[in-house]
Amino acid sequence: MDWGALHTILGGVNKHSTSIGKIWLTVLFIFRIMILVVAAERVWGDEQDDFVCNTLQPGCKNVCYDHFFPISHIRLWALQLIFVSTPALLVAMHVAYWRHEKKRQFRKGDQKCEYKDIEEIRKQRFHIEGSLWWTYTSSIFFRLVFEAVFMYAFYFMYDGFRMPRLMKCNAWPCPNTVDCFVSRPTEKTVFTIFMIAVSSICILLNVAELCYLLTKFFLRRSKKTGNPKHHPNHETKEETKQNEMNELISDSCQNTVIGFSS
Amino acid sequence: MSWGFLRDLLSGVNKYSTGIGRIWVAVVFIFRLLVYIAAAENIWKYEHDEFECNIKQPGCENVCFDHFFPVSHIRLWALQLIMVSTPSLLVVFHVAYRENREKHHNQKLYKSPGEIDGGLLCTYLISLILKTGFEIVFLVLFYKLYNGFKVPRLVKCDIRPCPNTVDCYISKPTEKMIFICFLVATSCLCIVLNLSELSYLIFKHSIK
Repeated sequence: MDWGALHTILGGVNKHSTSIGKIWLTVLFIFRIMILVVAAERVWGDEQDDFVCNTLQPGCKNVCYDHFFPISHIRLWALQLIFVSTPALLVAMHVAYWRHEKKRQFRKGDQKCEYKDIEEIRKQRFHIEGSLWWTYTSSIFFRLVFEAVFMYAFYFMYDGFRMPRLMKCNAWPCPNTVDCFVSRPTEKTVFTIFMIAVSSICILLNVAELCYLLTKFFLRRSKKTGNPKHHPNHETKEETKQNEMNELISDSCQNTVIGFSS
Repeated sequence: MSWGFLRDLLSGVNKYSTGIGRIWVAVVFIFRLLVYIAAAENIWKYEHDEFECNIKQPGCENVCFDHFFPVSHIRLWALQLIMVSTPSLLVVFHVAYRENREKHHNQKLYKSPGEIDGGLLCTYLISLILKTGFEIVFLVLFYKLYNGFKVPRLVKCDIRPCPNTVDCYISKPTEKMIFICFLVATSCLCIVLNLSELSYLIFKHSIK
């Protein structure tokens, strides 16, 4: 059980996503999860062992480390990735529910059901319309919110995105203000900036996807309201001609029928 | 043998669950198992090495650590995950028993072996009650063993061979507390889901 299992779960959602959604998923797995597992975890691996304070006072190092790193960068990123991936599950659940309903209809032998077998239902790709549109859009919205919250939490907790080399600490039991040195500060800063940059790219992709979905929704709505059914007085010249021809045809048919019956 | 086994087990359970049951499986997978493996395990990895007492007396640190952490948080967490997932096996076994019976008698005995009715409903309800019970037991155990869900920075220890009351410092107390709160929150969420599923099933079948 690891990030691979998350990949399997989200991979199923990929089929029903927009193109921007597919790009987002790729960026998430390659530039965030893979970098976290393969590189970032090693950089932060020895963080407390190599956090050194200029004192022999037992306990001072522990207390200072806890004061400056209430939650480690690496754990915060892991939580951020988990929370950001989770809204896609809403879509997966909605699709699973639709599939379940269609399988039920198929088993009942419903004439309305247009599938030939269960395999077709399982492989079918649903378009993002109707209630699925609302679920999908909500999932993107929640993703955005989680990304923003975690980025803000990061900035707030560590006073920016830079990792200092030296921290001054005077928490008890340190006898006075003590110099504490962080291990690999430059490498940590580089990775922090990288992760923040990729987070920002993901936020932009999500915003683009949201705009795309909203545009599609409004276009579809305006096509529906532009339909002559809703504006009976609004007819084009061609439509008027066609209507007249149709009336002529129906009149002649009626006359023929009356002729036969008499 | 690793957590992958639990994952496969829960995937098998998913097939015979209600909608709420599937949400429960997703919560356990993602917010408990994945968080445990990806984040929490590493926090407690060197807890004994990083536990420091203000004394040079050999054996004092060991004895104090053992006194304050009879069972480590992370081990309790793992045990809780295993115990809470196991009652779902009862449902899997019952469905397998039904399928076996049908094969043995060579005729269709049930509308569908996986349909939650009759004996399978009782098994399902029992599994829900057991799951909820285990969750509550572990939460209470956590609370009693560690005097609450807070992890202190400093603990005072005066057990032999420590010569007098000694200050001992726990490593990463804030981070540990954040993850323990997360564990408690997800446990409570799972309890709520189990109770909702229980009420839903009882209500649905009492109407029938």
